[in-house]
Amino acid sequence: MAREGEAGAWLEAVQDATTLVLKAKGDWIVAHADGADKSLAQVDVRGRRSVIFDLAAIGKLDTTGAWLLHRAQRQFQTQGAVATYIGANAAQATLLDAVTKGDRPTVDHPAHGNPIMVIVERMGRTLEEIGITLRDATAFFGLVLETLGKTILNPRRMRLTSTVYHMEQAGLNAVPIVSLISFLIGAVLAFQGAQQLRKFGGEVFTVNLVAISFLREVGILLTAIMVAGRSGSAFAAQIGSMKVREEIDAMRTLGLDPAEVLVLPRVIALIVMMPLLGFIAAFMGLSGGGLVVLLNLGMSPEMYIQRLYDALDFWDVFTGVIKAPVFGLLIAVIGCFEGMKVEGSAESVGQRTTASVVEGIFTVIVVDAFFSILFIQLGV
Amino acid sequence: MTGDAIISVRDLKTQFGDQVIHEHLDLDIYAGEVLGIVGGSGTGKSVLLRTILGLNPPVAGSIEIFGKLRSQMTPEDAHAVERRWGVLFQDGALFSSLTVTQNIQVPLKEHLKLPVQLMNEIAALKIALVGLPAEAGPKYPSELSGGMRKRAGLARALALDPEIVFLDEPTAGLDPIGASAFDELIKNLQATLGLTVFMVTHDLDSLYAICDRIAVLADKRVIVTGPISEMLKQEQPWIREYFHGPRGRAAMAAKSAPPRS
Repeated sequence: MAREGEAGAWLEAVQDATTLVLKAKGDWIVAHADGADKSLAQVDVRGRRSVIFDLAAIGKLDTTGAWLLHRAQRQFQTQGAVATYIGANAAQATLLDAVTKGDRPTVDHPAHGNPIMVIVERMGRTLEEIGITLRDATAFFGLVLETLGKTILNPRRMRLTSTVYHMEQAGLNAVPIVSLISFLIGAVLAFQGAQQLRKFGGEVFTVNLVAISFLREVGILLTAIMVAGRSGSAFAAQIGSMKVREEIDAMRTLGLDPAEVLVLPRVIALIVMMPLLGFIAAFMGLSGGGLVVLLNLGMSPEMYIQRLYDALDFWDVFTGVIKAPVFGLLIAVIGCFEGMKVEGSAESVGQRTTASVVEGIFTVIVVDAFFSILFIQLGV
Repeated sequence: MTGDAIISVRDLKTQFGDQVIHEHLDLDIYAGEVLGIVGGSGTGKSVLLRTILGLNPPVAGSIEIFGKLRSQMTPEDAHAVERRWGVLFQDGALFSSLTVTQNIQVPLKEHLKLPVQLMNEIAALKIALVGLPAEAGPKYPSELSGGMRKRAGLARALALDPEIVFLDEPTAGLDPIGASAFDELIKNLQATLGLTVFMVTHDLDSLYAICDRIAVLADKRVIVTGPISEMLKQEQPWIREYFHGPRGRAAMAAKSAPPRS
């Protein structure tokens, strides 16, 4: 076989009755490992008493090549043939020795068991995790309230600069996007509502539809969802990265309380800013609705405002406003809680940030449902 | 010890903003040697390493790697070069979402097409070669100690059997026993695999124990290169302070004492 000059790793077999001489040719390096592996797999040692690897004509040899030779040697020996090397130079012999020393049983990744059991086990684990998360979150919520209480009793402990900074980041900087989304949703709501109400000849009630739904529910829910996505996630990622870099531990050793320094400014910022953002959202939603009412129904702005006065009472406005700080508190606490739960790696920061958004939105919607029931029971 | 220069840096200039890090820097790395880079903090040792690796574009000068100028390399050439070197970053820089075994297999999967069984065996072998227990394979980097992460990082750097490995402060942050063991490991691997080693270090013991040649970075360039015996004769104040200071003397004494087992 004239394979000289060709790239690869291969064996040439020379045999007599009992001995098989395998001449290794070419470069036995990791790049040719696949070919080398296959040529070794083709060697049949049944009935041989001894196998000799002749390395005299080998090109390069690296750890992978040496490993393949070593593995073949081990395998031939278990099949009853004595396998040896000849012709290895000093460096190659050292390498073969090192590889032989490195041969030990591989530790596999834990095997997957019965698939049904795996599913059941995973369900159990998830339930347990949910339970633990609920417990820890409640504890964290308590800690935040305690810190909040202490700060109210001793207002000088409040981190004013940090709080104002977060008010700007989470509140002021969110105004454009909250305004835009609310305006568009207000317009869509009015447009769709007008289409449906026209069937009953009640287009004028589009105003009531937009006003009541926006002030009571949609405005504040939209804001909460936006803030959870924008700021809840930011809180989790900021605190999480600090946790990874041991900044939180450093803070504790310096006698600083992370709940006071990191969590409270964020919580206060959202409690203060959520009602303002909710107000802006409601205003922009009503404006969007007003634009559609003007274009679609030809109702003048003066008329629109007059209809708004007629449609709304104090409680329609107040039920929306009263929910805002509660939502702000929940989103901030969940964001900070997930940030504090980060452990070790960059991946964990990502997981916790996602969790903060999902849990934030979920909690807001659940609490909103409770508010609805409460307001209905109270008859407001 | 010395063969041909496999990496030559000529008249290199790097700068960040207005701050010039290197100027007129020349350096050769020869096949089969262990080259230690020393220099005070902020002299740009790590920047030099990153520049040679191509992570940091130089402002001027040329870098020739395996006979090819970095500036004239096509992406294919660069890809081929990446197969021939391995890099150990300071804290291992293991991918945190992958296990140690998977980390070692990343370069294998990227550059080659091998059967899964063989890749698992190669990973297990590399784990053994760097002196990690076999149980470390299925673990995630966050479950390992700092010293183990460095060994795992070295195993990944060695995955493709490179001709040259770059080590960024391999013994920093290790306890003295761990640091000596790591020196020993690099020495053994270098002897076994015929590696060329480019090592940025602050560790005088490492310099004495394993470096064939030392390059000193100061005044934005390599002011002197040579074996440790030559360093001891240098009159330049920083080099004198470095090798004849209390720590330098201690390392020298350790070297002249009977070798560690």
